[in-house]
Amino acid sequence: METTTSPIKLTAKDFASDQEIKWCPGCGDYSILKQVQTILPEYVSQKENLVFISGIGCSSRFPYYMDTYGMHSIHGRATAVATGVKVANPSLEVWVIGGDGDLMSIGGNHLIHLLRRNPNLKLVMFNNEIYGLTKGQYSPTSHKGLVTKSTPYGSVDEPFNPAELALGAKASFFARTLDRDPKHQQQIFRRVAEHHGTAFVEVYQNCPVFNDDTFALLTEKETKKEHSIYVEHGKPLVFGQTESKGIRLDGLNPVVVDLTAGVSVSDLWIHDETDKTKAFLLARFADIENMPRPFGVFYQENRACFDEELVQQINRTKDQKGRIPLHKILSGDKTWGIV
Amino acid sequence: MSNEHNSHSEKQIEIQDTDSVVVRFSGDSGDGMQLTGMQFTDTTALMGKDISTFPEFPAEIRAPAGTVAGVSGFQIHFGSKEIFTPGDAYDVLVAMNAAALKTDIKRVRKGGTIILNTAGFDTKNLKLAHYPDGANPLEDGTLDEFKVYRIDITRLTKEALKDTGLGMKEIDRCKNMFVLGLLFWMFDKSMEYTITSLQEKFSKKPDLLQANITALKSGWNYGDTTEVFTTRYHIAKATLPPGTYRNISGNQALAIGAIAAAEKAGLQLFLGSYPITPASDILHELSKYKANGVKTFQAEDEIAAICAAIGAAYTGALGMTTTSGPGMSLKTEAIGLATMLELPLLIVDIQRGGPSTGLPTKTEQADLLMAMYGRHGEAPLPVIAAATPADCFDAVYEAIKISIEHMVPVIFLSDGYIANGSEPWRFPTPDQLIPIAPPFSTAHNNTAGNFLPYKRDEKGVRPWVIPGTPGLEHRIGGLEKQHETGNVSYDAQNHELMIKLRAEKVQKIADAIPLLQPDSGKDTGKLCVLGWGSTYGAIKSSLIELREEGVEVSHIHLRHLNPFPKNLGELLQRFDKVLIPEINSGQLLQLIRSKFLTDAVGFNKVQGLPFTTIELKQKIKEVYLT
Ligand SMILES: Cc1ncc(C[n+]2csc(CCOP(=O)(O)OP(=O)(O)O)c2C)c(N)n1
Ligand code: SF4
Ligand SMILES: [Mg+2]
Repeated sequence: METTTSPIKLTAKDFASDQEIKWCPGCGDYSILKQVQTILPEYVSQKENLVFISGIGCSSRFPYYMDTYGMHSIHGRATAVATGVKVANPSLEVWVIGGDGDLMSIGGNHLIHLLRRNPNLKLVMFNNEIYGLTKGQYSPTSHKGLVTKSTPYGSVDEPFNPAELALGAKASFFARTLDRDPKHQQQIFRRVAEHHGTAFVEVYQNCPVFNDDTFALLTEKETKKEHSIYVEHGKPLVFGQTESKGIRLDGLNPVVVDLTAGVSVSDLWIHDETDKTKAFLLARFADIENMPRPFGVFYQENRACFDEELVQQINRTKDQKGRIPLHKILSGDKTWGIV
Repeated sequence: MSNEHNSHSEKQIEIQDTDSVVVRFSGDSGDGMQLTGMQFTDTTALMGKDISTFPEFPAEIRAPAGTVAGVSGFQIHFGSKEIFTPGDAYDVLVAMNAAALKTDIKRVRKGGTIILNTAGFDTKNLKLAHYPDGANPLEDGTLDEFKVYRIDITRLTKEALKDTGLGMKEIDRCKNMFVLGLLFWMFDKSMEYTITSLQEKFSKKPDLLQANITALKSGWNYGDTTEVFTTRYHIAKATLPPGTYRNISGNQALAIGAIAAAEKAGLQLFLGSYPITPASDILHELSKYKANGVKTFQAEDEIAAICAAIGAAYTGALGMTTTSGPGMSLKTEAIGLATMLELPLLIVDIQRGGPSTGLPTKTEQADLLMAMYGRHGEAPLPVIAAATPADCFDAVYEAIKISIEHMVPVIFLSDGYIANGSEPWRFPTPDQLIPIAPPFSTAHNNTAGNFLPYKRDEKGVRPWVIPGTPGLEHRIGGLEKQHETGNVSYDAQNHELMIKLRAEKVQKIADAIPLLQPDSGKDTGKLCVLGWGSTYGAIKSSLIELREEGVEVSHIHLRHLNPFPKNLGELLQRFDKVLIPEINSGQLLQLIRSKFLTDAVGFNKVQGLPFTTIELKQKIKEVYLT
């Protein structure tokens, strides 16, 4: 998204619609809505060019609360609708909003194809590891063993690792943040806003009604520093209550090291957003025991965007061949007359 | 006796005058029968005959060579009278191998001509075609009722091309040109056009060009000089209405109809599609028009294809999606969304034999009730069907006009028969196309408060306000919306009101539809045949023949399946009997009976094949006489 200067500076409030917000009290969705509204004025001066497209789910009510253009589409298909919006009019700023069920279950197919095509749009996945709107069934990101309405004896279904899935589908940008850290969210949404290509951000979002405290280890004061790690480009991987732990690469194996026991910071893994191999390793943390959960921008690259390449191809063809006049299209090459 | 073309022979040639002929080229998939048929068609058309063609492809892409499953056929019906179908029975069959003969002999007219490539009837080919051991149709009297020419086309082509330096495979591929040359001679046609198109096709391969031309001319000369052939056919020019014509298939007509409508409406054309037979050619065709700004998007599946088209429509483009039966099933939920959003959208269903994967390369009219009702909730939509290949242009143009001007998704029905079939088309000039006016708005429609995206005009149509319009930001979605404001509403009365308003909007389209006139025959009488879609040609030909026999029956043909033209019920009442022939088990029949309580009778065929004139005539007569 390009920063534009405008005579009247918009504020967060300008992006709030007049509709009553109907999420449950304490739902993590509120914070996400607020942070998006907070950073948008830095990037948008003409809100008529903003379009929010969502699927179905609690999270997908998001567009109704934004005073921009928007469409609450059907379950799983927001990515496909958004592709059409962006391809038809690449000058619009498109944000796609969806839940973990919406984007990774019913919409899983469209998600991977969106990521490989890389149209220039934003993609925010509210991951509460549950189906909120349908009142609490496990989702494709729910951890194994989760007891829900549809898994009274615990889920035996292996979950997706969203970061791994995204990178495997050639995402040009993947970041993770969480509802309970507004500052970090804003930082990440700024990066999302600035990325050229499909900017995919996974937001850990608490559903206090159907999956409360799934992310408690990562959000509660007592545990969060031990269990999460905030990565930043060019900085070493340091975490822990007193920043006393780090991660070192032993070949391609990440190992937690104790910085108080003689390991120096200069030996640590330095985060490099442009390194895809290492991004895959970061993605793996979620599935490796005792590894802290990474937050931040895992990976970012600049590569061709489908919507823009299509327009370029059209322009090239126009230049080379010229527009075919309608009468020519109607007549084709071979005609004959009857008198 | 005549010899207009440079003929070297002194033999006596009989010229047989006839007013129409059906020729079928039939061979293995690799024999180039489609190309031969198309070249024959183009030349025939350019010589001013009326034509109707029908290509028939094998369902398997690479069925083993020589098998019945691998037979590819091309049928052309041409003549000096008006031609409405590709024809029931073949006057001339070209069979390149045993499998082709086996497949097509059933439909050769008694006394008709069969040209056989004898090289395709060796033991191996007979076996591949599953003729019983020792049986050979060339020897067992199977062909007694026909005029048969046995020619070793393979060997003759080889001989003609032996000095070209080409490999055996390449030489063998030229045998279709030999056939084409021979048929050109038989039907007294010029080779000029084919030579020109070969020059274009092989401009970079002079050796192949030469070989193809040599094979073509050898075929011609074979007819001209050998004593084998003694008859040539002469067909006068057709008496088509004056004008400039081109030959066009249904899918081509549909594609350019969409381009024309988009241009007339001043909209960008966006096609979201996923390949499926027999709809893929529309995607192929539209993908060629990049220079005109046409955007085609081959999506990951049919759901994404229609959703992307909905997204495009939201931005103010002409959104379009093309598919066939199985793809229609996948699009169902998104069609409901488009209905709810009230955005223009063209949904094209090129029907094929169903259910499930069914008969992918065969034709059927069995998706009508799905188009009418195949959505959850009450979601009526306009349904429009094309009658002939060329009619696909006019019908799709009208479908798009309705969709845009009434802010409603339209389902357009064609089928495999007219999608692939072709006929001459007296194409319009751009200024003959009626204008299309998108209901775009940039004006605030409610000075008292928020913009009202679902405030309707007298036609029940809401304004089309696209993202990028300052001050009119609004949200649309699939949840029930409050009347006018478009805000989410679960109010009971409001829901009923909205269901009613959406249905009324579709019904009001009838005001914009011309009143129905019989296509032929009087507007009152003993019997009318009511058809829709691709049965048009067969009904029309049947009634012409019946009229010659003194049986007066009227023909009413429906393009608008929903809403019906306003006078349909009244028109039907003026006949004692109504007969509805369909390539399904009676779907329009059901609609007509339930809507008008008339005692219409059906004539149904669900074999993946169109009606023949013969069977239709027989049925019409039967109903007429009882
Ligand atoms: C085709 C279809 N199938 C099922 C549903 C029911 N449904 C609505 S939302 C949802 C899952 C919601 O979970 P998620 O996407 O994670 O969103 P959340 O509510 O958790 O934000 C389901 C199954 C639907 N609306 N449409
Ligand atoms: S059900 Fe959960 S996710 Fe949905 S609104 Fe309530 S708290 Fe939020
Ligand atoms: Mg969820």
